[in-house]
Order: sequence, then C-alpha cells, then structure tokens
Amino acid sequence: MSISRRGVLAWPALAVLPALSKHAMAAETVRIGYIEALTGNAAAAGQSIKQAAELAVEIINTPHPDLAPLTLAGTAGLPNLGGAQVALTWADNQGSPAVAASDALRLITQDHVIAMCGAYQSSCTLTSSAVAERYGIPYLAGESAAANLTERGYKWFFRTTPYGPDFAKLYLDFLADVAKGGLATGRIAVVHENTDYGTSVADSMVSTAASRGIKIAQRIAYNANGTDVSPQVLELKKGNPDVIIFISYTSDSILYLKTMKTLDYRPPIVIGDDSGFSDPSFIKAVGPIAQGALNRSAFVPGKPDSITYKINALFKKRTGRDMDDTTARSMQGLFVLCDAINRAGSTKPEAIREALVKTDLPASQLLIGYKGVKFNAQGQNILAYSLMIQLQGESYVPVWPADQASAKLELPFKGWT
Amino acid sequence: MILLQLVSDGLQLGAVYALFSSGLTLIWGMMNVMNFAHGQFVMLAMYVAFFCFTLLKVGPAFFVPLAAVGLFGFGVVVYLLLVRHVMRGPMLAQIISTFGLALVLQYSALWAFSANFVSLPTTLVGGVYDLGGVRLSAARLLAGATAIALTAGMHLLLTRTDLGSRMLAVSEDRVAAALVGIRPDPMQALAWGLGAAATGVAGGLIALFFYVSPDVGNSFTLLAFVTVCLGGFGSVPGALLAGLVIGVVESFSAYWLGPATKDVVVYGLFVALLWVRPQGMFGRA
Repeated sequence: MSISRRGVLAWPALAVLPALSKHAMAAETVRIGYIEALTGNAAAAGQSIKQAAELAVEIINTPHPDLAPLTLAGTAGLPNLGGAQVALTWADNQGSPAVAASDALRLITQDHVIAMCGAYQSSCTLTSSAVAERYGIPYLAGESAAANLTERGYKWFFRTTPYGPDFAKLYLDFLADVAKGGLATGRIAVVHENTDYGTSVADSMVSTAASRGIKIAQRIAYNANGTDVSPQVLELKKGNPDVIIFISYTSDSILYLKTMKTLDYRPPIVIGDDSGFSDPSFIKAVGPIAQGALNRSAFVPGKPDSITYKINALFKKRTGRDMDDTTARSMQGLFVLCDAINRAGSTKPEAIREALVKTDLPASQLLIGYKGVKFNAQGQNILAYSLMIQLQGESYVPVWPADQASAKLELPFKGWT
Repeated sequence: MILLQLVSDGLQLGAVYALFSSGLTLIWGMMNVMNFAHGQFVMLAMYVAFFCFTLLKVGPAFFVPLAAVGLFGFGVVVYLLLVRHVMRGPMLAQIISTFGLALVLQYSALWAFSANFVSLPTTLVGGVYDLGGVRLSAARLLAGATAIALTAGMHLLLTRTDLGSRMLAVSEDRVAAALVGIRPDPMQALAWGLGAAATGVAGGLIALFFYVSPDVGNSFTLLAFVTVCLGGFGSVPGALLAGLVIGVVESFSAYWLGPATKDVVVYGLFVALLWVRPQGMFGRA
C-alpha cells in the first residue's frame, strides 16, 4: 500500500469535518436590535455606546481567554447555539421618543431581531420598549435610569443598570457621611432636564430624601436643548444651597459650568448625575472649570490585571478614549442579554425571556462594579451598584466609599482657579 | 441686584440672538429666500474657529475674519450652485432644498468631526467684568458690540449706498431691475455672500462661549427665524431690537416662571404680536 502525500493530508482534514459541518449548520446568526441616539443632541453618548457594543460583540464572537471569567469571553460565539455569531442591527432614534418607537417596530417586523437593547435616553427607552412588549420581544436596558421604566408591569423588559432610587440612596448616604466631617449638606438643590430621565431621577431624589426626613430645598426643571442657563444659575445663587445635584445631558452640563464661572458661583458641593458629566466631551470642554465635581459610576478601570482594565485597554485601542460609566453599563447590558440567549440555547423570544428571568451572574463574571445581576419581578437588577467619583485633574477618580477610594475626597467644590 | 443681572443677562443673550440672526435678515428679509441651512452655516463658522484655535493656535482676531471670508465664499457657491436654480421653481422647492442642504451640512459635520461636543477654552476671551455686582462676560459683550456694528453696517449698506439700492431693487422685482440695467445674478450672489459672511462672524464669536457640535445650529435656528419675523421682514435694525427683546423676555420668564415655561412665554408673545402687527415691529405692511 502506498501512502500518497495527498492521503496523509486528507486524514486529519476528515477528522475536522464533523466539527466543521456542525458549525456550518448551526451558524445561524443571532440578530439583536440596538436602538440608540446616533445623531441629535445625545449623539456623542450614542456613538460611544455603539463603539462599546461593537467591542462587546467582537469579544463574544471571537475567543478572548485572557478576559475570563467574563461571560462568553473565552469562547467563539454562543456555545450553546453551536457557536452562533452575534450581530447587531442599529437604529438611530435621533433622541426622539417617537422615532425610537418606529425604530422598534421596524427592527421587529422587518429585520426580525430576536431581542433588543437601548436606549440611553429614558424617554426613548420608554416608547421603544412598549413596542417590544406588544410584540413579545425581550428588551434589555443597560443605561436608562428613569424609575418608571420598571414600574409598568412589563413582562419583556429587563434593566441591568442601577436606577433612580439607587442613585438617590447613594447620594444621600454619601452626603450624610460628608456631613459627619463638618461640611453642611442639609440644603439640597436638584436641577434636572425635563424629559423622562431628569424628571424621574429628580422624583426619586425627592421621595427618597423625604423618607429620611430631608426636604429638597430647590428643584429646577429645564429644557436640555435651551441656549442659555443664566436664569437657573441666578436662581441657585439666590437660594444658596449646600449641595447641587445636576441631572443633565451633555450640552446643558457644559453650559451650566460655563455660566457658573461667568456668574462666579461656586456651590460647596456639586454632584452631576452621570450622563452629561460622564461624557468624555464634558471633561474636554469644561474639565478645567469643573474641578471637584462629583459623579457616580459603576465603572472604574482598576488594576492592570483586572477584566475592567483589559477591556478598557481594548476600547482605548479602538477609539483613543477611555471607557466611561455609560459605555460600560451599556456593554454590560449586552453581555447579560447574550448570556441569557446562550443559556436559553434558542433564538425563540419566550426561551430568552425565561433565561433572563433566571439570570444570576456573580460580580466576578461582570465587567462593571455591580454586585451581580439578578432581576426582580419587575425586571430590575437588584444587585446594581455605583460609587462616587470626583473630577480631579483630567479624569474622575473613585473617592467614596472609603474602602474603594483611590484618591482623597476634596471638598468644597473648587471649580476653576 | 438680581433684577439688574437679569436685564444684563437678557441683553447679552439677546445680542447673541441678534448676531446669530444678522445673516438671515439679509438673505431672508431682503432676498426672500428661506434659508433653512442658516443654523448650519453658523455651525460651520464655529468649527472654523475651533480648528483655527486647536490646530493653528490663533485667537478670534484671526479666526473671526477667516470665518467671515470662508463663509462669504461658501454663501456665493451655495447661491450659484443651488439657490439660483431652485428659485425658478415654486416657493416649496426653495424651502425643501435649503432644508436638504441643512441636513447635508449637519450630517457631513457629524461624519467629519464626530458627534462629540467640543469647546474653546473659556480663557480665550474669558474676562468677566463686575459692575457693582452685575457680572458681564467679555465674550458676550464682544458678541453684542459686534451685533450692533454689523447691524449698523448692513443698514448703512442697504440704505445709503448705490450697491445697497441695487440689491434692494433686485429683491423687489428681478425683471424690472434687469430692465434698468442691473444684472440680478451678481447682486443676489453678493447678498448671499454678505449674509453668509455675517453668519461667519456670528459663528466665530459665539464659539467663544458656547459649545460646538454638529447639531448646535438647531438650538438657534428657530429663534433666528422668530427674530427676523418679529423685527419685521427686511428691517435690519428691527432684527437687532427683536433679538434683544426676546433675550430679556426669556431671561425674566425663565427666572420667574421656570426655565421649562420660558418658551411658552416667548412664542406666546410672538404670536400675540404678529396678531396685532403681522408685518413685525418695524416691517412695512
């Protein structure tokens, strides 16, 4: 018997064949719809979220053993679906709730997505998730913080991010701790943009404070698309609160800081509720006059061997920017959704929903500082968590609680020099 | 003291509105073309300012004239390549085509400059004057002074010079103007160029204290139309005064009634005034 060279080569190739054919058979793409503000006023955030989600998909679709134990990082595709690749279909809601609703309809009826993610602005999440609910498509909100989203009794809606009441509790705990150091924190002003996000987080703030016997001293609602915020700053200056909490998007946050400088107003404590204050362009635009501004975050890059650090490095390589809280929360949301699809082992919406309900991810498998992911009956993650960070120099550093701080809390608010 | 600060803030804001609207007064008020891309012209000028500063490290003394010259050229090109042709069609064609131009410019900016908000350092023209407790921002004062100067210049050009008369003649009746020997095309191209140049000055100055992003024009566009309308079509000083009135009304209503309701007051007054004087404050019926 002569062994030809071709024959030698063919044997190992044959051995691989069954694996290949199985892969080819199951290589049904898992299509997820993603609704985000890719243009319009919140486009800066929307575009970063898109970059983060694309990185997440790359991590899921190709093996990244160095990122273990992060869910789905070590394998290629979704193992329980024969290594199926995840693909995202993007829809631009332009920051408009009405557009978001029609986006959802199009994604479901024309693109046949099996699940959806979205949508930075709570007002857009509100309308688009209502469409998903009607069609029975699982919807995972990784970023939207308005409390009412999970108070609608929806069956198909899940939220991984901490929301209004969590933040209110965080800020009040933090302020109570600061007060022990001798700085007054009793008079709190809440300044919020007047769509779903700002209004509902402000409502949570007022009610949580009331439950602790604290009355919010000033509450100012405004339109985030306005051209001028001087009257609001004057009103704050007159009220002279100990603490101002801004629940604002990017353009308005920038205007507030610029106007505060013009009118020479430095409140003792300034807290920005993520969103605008976390946008990388906020730091670039007004960082030098916002020194000491406090913020919340669930994402801290951490030590060089941590998952968070490595993911941040991958993100930075792609975009030239560090990740921020918003991008990290959206990325985490997508991972949780894909993990559920994988556990469901099916692309049937009902099976995915059941898997989402049973989600119980420990902190070690996450890329963000939550204490885990586990949904209550309303679809809210009960293990979501954030810490306080402060703008010192050109970046935010964790300052509270003390056991997770990497820098010293600097008060009062310095602003500019 | 709060009252004085409110008045001064309102006037400073109003001056910005007037500045922003100045180019529109000429193009819309005089040439009867609705330029919906006006806000995007301002956005382009703001980016000229931003890139001049970040790449060439030059200040407003350089980039404001540069933006004016650049936008002048751009305005002429837009007229020659787009407006001249659609003006032959119905009014709707003008509206839709400049609106289309607005979208093209905005999304090109999004593609070229990304959606990120950028900003010039507040120290560039960063002085703040404290007049007995009333704080005035140098950048806004500069914008206000320029708005007045631009308005005066434009008014003089249109009412006191031969060139201005010829431009007005063309806007009044193209055919009649041609009959007396005025070639309409160069006049209208010039009007577009000058309107766009004024817009360039406005953008360069507004960039000193406002953020810059591809859709920044949208924040002001509607107000610019309202300003020109309220002042009276074709009245250059009217637009300045209207800008100031809107600024002060906004400032007061935002302080007393809350920032969320100020638009109701501003636009409510606008509608009420048009009901009484449909031609605007200074317009001729």
